[in-house]
Amino acid sequence: MLDLFRIAIRNLMRYKRRTILTASLITIGVVFVLVFISVSGSFKAMMIGQITDSMLGHIQIHKKGYVSSIDNLPLTLNIKPAAVKRIEEVIGQIPEIESHSKRIKFGGMFSTFVETTTIRLNGVYPEDEFRAVPLLPSRIIQGKKGLARGEILLPDLIFKGMNVNVGDSIVVVATNEDGSVNGRQFTVSGMIESATGPGGRDGYIHIEDAAEILRMEEQEISEIALKLHDFNKLHEIYSMLQDKLGEEKNQQGKPVLEVHTWESLSPFFNIARMIDIMTFFIKLMLIAIVLISIMNVMIMAVYERIREIGTIAAIGTMPEKILSLFVLEGFSLGVFGAIVGNLIGMGIILILNVSKITFDFGRQTGLILSPSISGKEMLMISVIVIVVAVIASLQPAYKASCMEPIKALRHT
Amino acid sequence: MSLIISEDIRKNYSAGEITVEALKGLNFTVEPAAFVSFIGPSGSGKTTLLNLIGCLDKPTSGRLTVAGAEVSRLDRRQSALFRGMNLGFVFQDFNLIPVLTVYENVEYPLLMVRNVPSAERRKRVMALLDSVGMADHKGKRPDQISGGQKQRVAIARALVSDPKLVLADEPTANLDHETAYMVINSMKRLRDELGTTFIFSTHDPKIVGEAEIIFTLEDGRIVDTRKAKGGKGDA
Repeated sequence: MLDLFRIAIRNLMRYKRRTILTASLITIGVVFVLVFISVSGSFKAMMIGQITDSMLGHIQIHKKGYVSSIDNLPLTLNIKPAAVKRIEEVIGQIPEIESHSKRIKFGGMFSTFVETTTIRLNGVYPEDEFRAVPLLPSRIIQGKKGLARGEILLPDLIFKGMNVNVGDSIVVVATNEDGSVNGRQFTVSGMIESATGPGGRDGYIHIEDAAEILRMEEQEISEIALKLHDFNKLHEIYSMLQDKLGEEKNQQGKPVLEVHTWESLSPFFNIARMIDIMTFFIKLMLIAIVLISIMNVMIMAVYERIREIGTIAAIGTMPEKILSLFVLEGFSLGVFGAIVGNLIGMGIILILNVSKITFDFGRQTGLILSPSISGKEMLMISVIVIVVAVIASLQPAYKASCMEPIKALRHT
Repeated sequence: MSLIISEDIRKNYSAGEITVEALKGLNFTVEPAAFVSFIGPSGSGKTTLLNLIGCLDKPTSGRLTVAGAEVSRLDRRQSALFRGMNLGFVFQDFNLIPVLTVYENVEYPLLMVRNVPSAERRKRVMALLDSVGMADHKGKRPDQISGGQKQRVAIARALVSDPKLVLADEPTANLDHETAYMVINSMKRLRDELGTTFIFSTHDPKIVGEAEIIFTLEDGRIVDTRKAKGGKGDA
């Protein structure tokens, strides 16, 4: 086999310029794909990180039907304390869950005593919330990075629109589950910017204040946001939760709870999917480049070496060895292109990291692009290139192996 | 037992509705260790006959036995295997593999066809390169040696796997007279040393005399058979 390799490599080197051009084409393709995957992957990871770590969490648990009517923030679809306890027991049994945060979400009226507007409020335990969505404190762009009882973090839209300052007293009025109205005074502790751009009306208060304003006798929960240790285990943990929480049934035997990953809660998932689709098409382009360039060079190689094929066939070389010889030439081109492409690709990715290129996402500016590529991804790209190179060589190699030596020897 | 037995072999080529009879019923035998030449003008059927003997083509009719095998009955794979085990070829244009050195060209049949172990390969290749006087050029590529040297390398390659029969189609056609004479004498000497049967075709009257048996072909028929003293063959 090694001798076949040696001959294959020498055959490639007899047309140095053509081999270098073909290998360069494959190399450029591999570099392009690697850089694209790493950059788009970095952007995607950053985007998902911003969405999940600054507001959504990785997974959320709600009462069945809550998400479909989430725009109304229905208090009637809150999770009762017994169910919350059961959920927390389940969460406690899954070590992959890093933290969780219980939230009471409700809509209300916000008044500065001069002007009034609507607001969406999240009642949270600040420590839990900051653990479940660790980028939340970085969104507080004015005031203190914390939240105590009696304080409110206002979205910048309302903060600026209502001309409020940190330390001002404001009033929140909300309607509870029974339809009665209650109000409470808060001190503005800070301004929080929206994670996704202008339009966000979500403010934060302490969960006990929320329960108080909604006159809850027992603390009910609208949603529980979870953060995982390893984001790559998202679907594994999601399935686990689905299984365990699916056991919670109502009197009609239907599930009481629903579990959602961030993917079904944010429209940004579609952007993430678009990136995946683009990556897929870029890989298809790479396959086309490798397929056409190697097929072209191997067809030429077979055509130019017909008499040589006739000679080796005449002296008794078996057809499968002739086939192997040509396939190995394509294989070697693929391996060379993959190795050099990976090395150059890694170099470019390193340079991009050192250059600290920044980009903006939503209201977040100056996010540093940190492209990276996993060994698994590099291996996969290399395998694709090599397999396609072999496939592209098969037809010309097969043609060579099937040549009648007498006809091949007559070829001029 | 004869190495080659040809019984009324015929070979026709068809081109559309036209059929050309290249060989018209040849009967002859060649004994082991013979040094045989087929001569005749262009189109007389020399190359066609050598192709049949070399299992590169099949006769249209008749029976051709080479080294005990009826070659017309061999399929493609069997033919390749038979050639690898029993035959050596020397081509008019040398047909050395340009990317391989002289040594590697000679080694090729042992490596790719016979799978001979490395030490044995080295021994046999060097012995043959010595025999043809090319040992000093073993590291050169074909484009770095002369035509006569190329043909000597080709002879070494044909003999390296110890075949029963070496077929040489116009082996001296591209060589000057002196070199041609040297090549033919090399072949003859190797026949004497190794006992390998050599069959070559030529239309060069000056080297024909070196053959021990000369079959003259004309228009697809053997029209004359001459034997030098001690020649091994019959027609």
